[in-house]
Amino acid sequence: MTDEKDILAAAVEKEYSEGFVTDIEQEFVPKGLNEDIIRLISAKKQEPAWLLDFRLEAFRKWQTMTPPEWGHLSRLPKIDFQDIIYYAAPKRDEDRPTEIDPALMETFDKLGIPIQEREVLAGVKSKVAVDAVFDSVSVNTTFRKTLAEKGIIFCSFSEAVRDYPELVRKYLATVVPIGDNFYAALNSAVFSDGSFCYIPKGVKCPMDLSSYFRINASGTGQFERTLIVADEGASVSYMEGCTAPMRDENQLHAAVVEIIVEKDADVRYSTVQNWYPGDSKGRGGILNLVTKRGICRGEGSHLSWTQVETGSAITWKYPSTILMGNNSSSEFYSVALTNNYQQADTGTKMIHIGKNTKSRIVSKGISAGFSENSYRGLVRMNPGAEHARNYSQCDSLLIGDRCGAHTFPVIRNSNPTAIVEHEATTSRISEDQLFYCTQRGISPEDAVGLIVGGYAREVLSRLPMEFAVEAQKLLSVNLEGSIG
Amino acid sequence: MENLLEIIDLHAGIEGKEILHGINLTVRPGEIHAIMGPNGAGKSTLGAVLAGRPEYTVTSGSVSFNGKDLLAMAPEERSWEGLFLSFQYPIEIPGVSITNFMKAAVNARRKAKGELELAPAQFLKLLKDKMAFVGMKGEFAKREVNVGFSGGEKKRGEIFQMAMLDPVCSILDETDSGLDVDALRIVADGVNALRSPEKAILIITHYKHLLELITPDVVHVLKDGRIISTGGMELANKIENDGFEGING
Repeated sequence: MTDEKDILAAAVEKEYSEGFVTDIEQEFVPKGLNEDIIRLISAKKQEPAWLLDFRLEAFRKWQTMTPPEWGHLSRLPKIDFQDIIYYAAPKRDEDRPTEIDPALMETFDKLGIPIQEREVLAGVKSKVAVDAVFDSVSVNTTFRKTLAEKGIIFCSFSEAVRDYPELVRKYLATVVPIGDNFYAALNSAVFSDGSFCYIPKGVKCPMDLSSYFRINASGTGQFERTLIVADEGASVSYMEGCTAPMRDENQLHAAVVEIIVEKDADVRYSTVQNWYPGDSKGRGGILNLVTKRGICRGEGSHLSWTQVETGSAITWKYPSTILMGNNSSSEFYSVALTNNYQQADTGTKMIHIGKNTKSRIVSKGISAGFSENSYRGLVRMNPGAEHARNYSQCDSLLIGDRCGAHTFPVIRNSNPTAIVEHEATTSRISEDQLFYCTQRGISPEDAVGLIVGGYAREVLSRLPMEFAVEAQKLLSVNLEGSIG
Repeated sequence: MENLLEIIDLHAGIEGKEILHGINLTVRPGEIHAIMGPNGAGKSTLGAVLAGRPEYTVTSGSVSFNGKDLLAMAPEERSWEGLFLSFQYPIEIPGVSITNFMKAAVNARRKAKGELELAPAQFLKLLKDKMAFVGMKGEFAKREVNVGFSGGEKKRGEIFQMAMLDPVCSILDETDSGLDVDALRIVADGVNALRSPEKAILIITHYKHLLELITPDVVHVLKDGRIISTGGMELANKIENDGFEGING
């Protein structure tokens, strides 16, 4: 039931429509982090011994590490890692263990996520296979059978560990090693669920795959792990979305995504990140501290990242590509919007190892309110990267005069035949533009949405259609109250 | 006949400097008024103040539009009420297509009036009709608002938007400046086709070329923030021959 406080909160925070809480019985592991907790999580998931060892090794490594402090994130609080619940899962109905709880169905329905195939088959939703993750567990993965006919594996990470342990073991932590960074090490120790996707040789995935992450329980963190493997000549388009309830306290989200792209394979990875950003005073919101990395291992392979970051109190995220195979290529297209007291430090790393490798970076930062928005990027041309090329474009758009936009581009070129280009611009929404729009009858709020949408168009147009529409809406909604 | 626009003793300025020193002007439905005057007379200020440009401050006087207090309305409300300003220097909005811009504008107005949004097919038909009206080709709809437009395209774009929004009262702020003869003809044809007994047009201009193509009912001369003379086409001819110096209030 909704009580008065919720109604009030909803009225004030109407801009975040995904901020509701699902009332469902959940089981938790005790608060805090130690080896026993890790053993307990592993036991709950009935994992093989090698995976428990993997977790414990990561945990021991993590204990020797300290959180990175180089991000331009003054509002990132000191996190008490003993004050977090590392595993929360909806209780299964013992009598109907294979059915999805109606409360969960309702939740994903409200979020517009088709977790049942019949919604898609009936043409209500676009044709996409979904893995829906609620707190620490995957609720359902649709179209598994249809995909399996082509040899494609798309399932929750836990199921992959159970059903395809060799594949998981072969690829896990090959792109993001357990000790890669503080948060990746934490994830490796405590990760709960996430998605696993394997496209076999020569197979073009017939539908978009997508994962939807929902944080629900309070006092918890979400630590999902995603592993995508595109074998030789395979191709897939993968989308990721996420939301969380509105709460006054911060919640931690520390995910790891690894992508392996073999010879001539093609992976397009899109994210629309809409975690709860905190309220207009900067209270609450998700701390989004995420490691995403892919490797273009084979010759002629291709990986593209497209991200629209509108949520989270703090975003610390650098989807990166290691261009190992000759003639491999990668792109990073990003729109990061910060409003109120949000802070984002995001960008990419393009590591050129192979010959004739190409990368392109298009980053569009939008800052409003009191927010801080930083682009941080590394383009590295290794000595063997003959004739490699990179083009980077970093644009910043400022709304109001109390926000900040920063760029921290680093270029390391160790090959004289490699070419690196970097362009940057900073602009503002002008009074002229606003007046022009309002004179035509467009309200100032809609005008800002329209102008920002135009500014971000180059990135938005790369998203799958339905996602692009959603992203455009999010940009407008998240800018509400950004102009006087 | 009721007055559509009634400006009484309007004083207004920018950054503490008064530019309009008491404007009085009455426009009735169906009329076309021309406002002529030298540079710096306050012509564009008048257009901007009527449209509600935020940088300008009204210090005294009143403006009623359709019997309502125009000065109390936000710029978008004035637009919904049927006021249109054709900009002297149309503004670029990168990345936003003419189609999306007009869709936002048309539907905002419908919403304000409590009407349903236009169905996509209806909207596209309207768009095509009005583009044909100003002689714009199909690709125009996909272009970014005013980005990379030539001077003539910008002005034609304004007349196109005017046709799309079907305003009751249009203010054309030097829509003729910088246009060659052909472009001027297209703009004039567009404006003439939009004339109707219910609507009024205010043409702000330096020259009488446009007025030869769109015959105004009334011609005013604005100088130093005041209307110093009002008459018919003969006033425009006098200005053409003697210059603004020859006009005295």
